[in-house]
Amino acid sequence: MTLDQGAIGVDYRILTVGGEGVLRRRLLDMGLTPGTKVCIRKVAPLGDPLELTVRGYQLTLRKEDAARMTVALYEEAAPEGGKGMGGRFHGIRTDR
Amino acid sequence: MVFALIGNQNSGKTTLFNQLTGSNQHVGNFPGVTVEKKMGPVKGLKDVQVVDLPGIYSLSPYTSEELVSRDVLLKDKPDAIIDIVDATNIERNLYLTLQLMELGLPIIVALNMMDEVRESGTTIDIAAMEKELGIPMVPIAANKNEGVDELIRRAVETAKNRAVPEHFDFCTQAVHKAIHSIAHIVEEKAKAAGLAPRFASTKLIEGDAPMEELLGVSEVEKDIIGHIVDEMTDTLGTDREAAIVDMRYSYIEELCGKTVKKTGESKAQQRSYRIDSVLTHKYLSIPIFIGVMATIFYLTFGPVGTYLADGFSALVDSGIAYVDGFLTAAAVSDWLHSLVIDGILAGVGSVLSFLPPILMLFFFLSILEDTGYMARVAFVMDRLLRKIGLSGHSLVPMLVGFGCSVPAIMAARTLYSESDRKISIFLVPFMSCGAKLPIYAAFTAAFFPHNASLVVTGLYVLGVIVAIFAAWLLRNTAFKGNPVPFIMELPAYRFPTVKNVMLHMWDKAKEFIKRAFTIIFAASVVIWFLNTFNWQFNIVADNADSILASIGRLIAPIFAPLGFGDWRASTALITGLTAKETVVSTLSVLTGATSDAALTPALQGLFSPLSAVSFLVFTLLYMPCVAALSATRKELGSGRLALSAMAFQTAMAWAVALVVFTFGKLLGLG
Repeated sequence: MTLDQGAIGVDYRILTVGGEGVLRRRLLDMGLTPGTKVCIRKVAPLGDPLELTVRGYQLTLRKEDAARMTVALYEEAAPEGGKGMGGRFHGIRTDR
Repeated sequence: MVFALIGNQNSGKTTLFNQLTGSNQHVGNFPGVTVEKKMGPVKGLKDVQVVDLPGIYSLSPYTSEELVSRDVLLKDKPDAIIDIVDATNIERNLYLTLQLMELGLPIIVALNMMDEVRESGTTIDIAAMEKELGIPMVPIAANKNEGVDELIRRAVETAKNRAVPEHFDFCTQAVHKAIHSIAHIVEEKAKAAGLAPRFASTKLIEGDAPMEELLGVSEVEKDIIGHIVDEMTDTLGTDREAAIVDMRYSYIEELCGKTVKKTGESKAQQRSYRIDSVLTHKYLSIPIFIGVMATIFYLTFGPVGTYLADGFSALVDSGIAYVDGFLTAAAVSDWLHSLVIDGILAGVGSVLSFLPPILMLFFFLSILEDTGYMARVAFVMDRLLRKIGLSGHSLVPMLVGFGCSVPAIMAARTLYSESDRKISIFLVPFMSCGAKLPIYAAFTAAFFPHNASLVVTGLYVLGVIVAIFAAWLLRNTAFKGNPVPFIMELPAYRFPTVKNVMLHMWDKAKEFIKRAFTIIFAASVVIWFLNTFNWQFNIVADNADSILASIGRLIAPIFAPLGFGDWRASTALITGLTAKETVVSTLSVLTGATSDAALTPALQGLFSPLSAVSFLVFTLLYMPCVAALSATRKELGSGRLALSAMAFQTAMAWAVALVVFTFGKLLGLG
């Protein structure tokens, strides 16, 4: 599922980050990287954008940009293999 | 010695800059872009300057702020980088730090907001972090001026010792291999360009086009690099950009895991949650926002504001009277007397009398920004602004335009995306400014005495509608540019420091006064001259014979299709360029209306109700006063662009007024 489909208050783990160019880079730079925990704190009064909690701070993100990230519930997607990049990405490459 | 001050937005960089430089700041723009540049000497030290770079999160090649910062760091090579890190947000802040370290310049980290860290019970083992990273880190609390002296002391030391970060490897195997191989390939070129090979290499892996260009990478080299990168991405199962980003964040997570013990969220963060439950509440947030803006306008233009403005005006007027008396006593020649009193002092004086409301607007704007509320407004209103191709950030600057265009145009500086900034600046004058109210008042008194509020409200609404249309137009033509995505941090609410707010206001006031005494001065003199002399350069008794009037007569036919082709109307519009209020005074003078009461019949003789509406629409939309023109030029960084903005607005004004007048005629409204 993608992040914009997420429920409020639930912890998710980011699986992939899509988009391209400045958008993708911005998402990554702000700490929204594969394997990171993210939670939707609230939705703006007019329905968009979302307020996310990531790496200990609050970030606003439009739904259409959030739709570029696939996520899974935080516990479920815990990768196999050790810590570090090798393990993390092995975990994602197998079909789940 | 030059320090470059850099860090994330909301990390307290401006506060630190203010602590370091006091009021001794020079504010300008980076050449070619609408990015603000601030520099100043460090208090108490000889020959030490600090340059404030824009608040950025990364050194990617995508936004003007980042590119400008890279330029300064790579080309100007400051003696040391002071990287300010928000310790309550340390992971994301260290991400920039790691990139800065790659530059190979001496660097020192200022760990800010340590007071909040202590308050929340979190501990940071700074010594351990220093050792791991190999760079000095100094705990500070900029808003309380704690630790700043120590920071400067160690920064100077770092610069003197040219203590560059040692090359340590915080990369994993596959990335490590790639970085080193590529660094080897481009080593010569990097050194020739004055760059650290590691930085060049990392950027090349990320696919950084400006870097490729800077180094002059050959096709063959690009091929080899491409292969190396492919090998790396195959091993990792991710793409090149994500690989590098992830490498840095993984390292940071590991580092913080060892040195930062978080016991829970900081008090500031918890307080922010509570405040936000009201300020970004589903139903309360918008009414509250409207209330806040209404309060700001009420204070600025209502009783308090006008009291201050009147007081200041009186001061200015008595100053002018004094000079008047002096000139008369000194039996100065008539024309000189007129130049000084009617030209310079009247023009400059009337604009200066705007200073109190402008200062108040800046005061409120800076409070909104520094507390963090502005970010919430952008968050709440983004969806609405999306529809016209802008983002939530544009809202407050545009709203300020209802007071005065000048602070509004200057406030557009806070917008992220350059194309957003440009479009917003183009649109600001459509928000009917306060100086136009006397024009509306005079005309509604003459033509629509019973529907005055309706007409004025209609004008305001029309301005907004035209702005929306213009936004759509500009977004799809001139300023297509890739809009920077709306991804914004919501910082914890913080109390703005008095020092910051005062410095902010003083900064803007200085700018405004400078503007008043340069361009407005010049414009006033020019208009006075055109108005006082005829083509034989003799002083005219009747303004109808002046050069200005003949220019008015010349361009009058342009306005004929709009219903007001009389030379007096066009002349009045020209004088409106110094300040909008002069439109009314010019009309009075040219129609011989010696009092307010006489103005109504005078106007009725000049316009019909329909052409009055058309005239009002034109004044609503056409180019603003020279003060706003000057601000536009400064913020856009280009005189040409500013003039095209003026042309755009005037063309819009003409077109809409034409539509209004033609429709009115077709409907038989006379």
